[in-house]
Amino acid sequence: MTQKTEKTAGMTFSDEVTSRHGGETLTSCYQCGTCASSCPVAKLDSSFNPREIIKLSLLGEKEEVLSGDAIWLCCSCFNCQERCPQKVEIADLIYALRNIALEKGHIPSIYSDFASALITEGRIVKVSKFVEKKRADYGLPPLKPVGIDALNKILSATGFDKLQTKEESQ
Amino acid sequence: MKSYALFLGCTIPARQPNYELSARKALTKLGIKLVDLDDLTCCCPPPIQSINLETSQAVAAYNICLAEEAGLDIVALCNGCFESLAMANAALKKDENLRAKVNGILSKAGKEFKGTIEVKHFLQVLIDDIGLECIKASVVKPLSTLKVAPFYGCHSLRPSELLEFDDPERPHILEDLIEALGAESVEYRDKLKCCGGLLRGISDDLSLSLARDKIINTTKAGAECIATLCPFCFVALDIGQIQVKSKFNEVYDMPILHYSELLALALGVDPKELALRTHKIKIDKVLEKIL
Repeated sequence: MTQKTEKTAGMTFSDEVTSRHGGETLTSCYQCGTCASSCPVAKLDSSFNPREIIKLSLLGEKEEVLSGDAIWLCCSCFNCQERCPQKVEIADLIYALRNIALEKGHIPSIYSDFASALITEGRIVKVSKFVEKKRADYGLPPLKPVGIDALNKILSATGFDKLQTKEESQ
Repeated sequence: MKSYALFLGCTIPARQPNYELSARKALTKLGIKLVDLDDLTCCCPPPIQSINLETSQAVAAYNICLAEEAGLDIVALCNGCFESLAMANAALKKDENLRAKVNGILSKAGKEFKGTIEVKHFLQVLIDDIGLECIKASVVKPLSTLKVAPFYGCHSLRPSELLEFDDPERPHILEDLIEALGAESVEYRDKLKCCGGLLRGISDDLSLSLARDKIINTTKAGAECIATLCPFCFVALDIGQIQVKSKFNEVYDMPILHYSELLALALGVDPKELALRTHKIKIDKVLEKIL
């Protein structure tokens, strides 16, 4: 992932986004606003508008998009993506923008906690020893071992583990 | 009868024994064999997808590989797990280039995605493998006169192109399953709108406003409980009501039950076996009606 950031030197922001997994459909947007009118968050908070995020991305307003709060306010309900007449994969696009933002050091702390838990536990929510013991009282079977070794090989192959180290060092 | 690899995910074993117990007991009673596989991991849901989509897809594929090796389809109880795994499964089956790329990553863990199994939501197993008629015939404690507000959550339905769960704008699976138990499924405003669960910890104001709307709308419609399919929706609406009380100074008392709990109760499972004390909003009113 770090190599990818270096490769983007000289690219327009729009190219950078469309070259990312999830961001491919950015340029199909014709700004009709179906996304914004389908968005449960936009109805409550005018600082979040998916159409605006797409517009700013198309216009190359990289800093505004990546360092602002807006991209983190998407509730990932996929309503916009479901209804987009241009088949822009808007929720995925917002993941792609978050992925880029994170590589530039922007990440809400709760996501950082999830990432750490994934690396150390193989789960994003830790199952405590107490809860594990309690399973027998409930009549639930013991939990099977988590595939932590295999997981860490995958996280290392994609660079996820280094991304986490980078966050922690900041 | 059919066997499935049970995908529990993270939140259910950590926080919601009520979901796990009711789903295991109900599916077993209805003749489904559940297999717990070794070495499964987190499915990599939206919070991890937000960090890195490629990693998330590869980890979802890894989990699918374990079920492929066991020759079993997967049943997921959590909407988040269902979405992560079903989206990866569908995308990797369709797109050879993507599959080659992901398999390059998986080879480091000695795995290869082959595309030989299906990923199903708990509700799809009920509909496809058991069927409404069989469920109706298996009910021993009908939920007659109970008014239930169905709540699908988002990630059972959308993106529909990859999940193929039900019509994303006019779904009916959950309503049908509620009525199969003898209860009345109640229509309410903004039924398909998000519970705000994924914004918890990011923007608690927005998250609680969305949860509060859901509680207000179901209360106005005369519902006596909300049936959920997802541990995140359950938390957003159950614990959410306690938080709404302190934030808005408004008191609501809407019991939140997973559909699996209603099903297990209707099938005659003893409520003492279902860890019902997990609920923050007490469900005594619902139990009084059923038992």
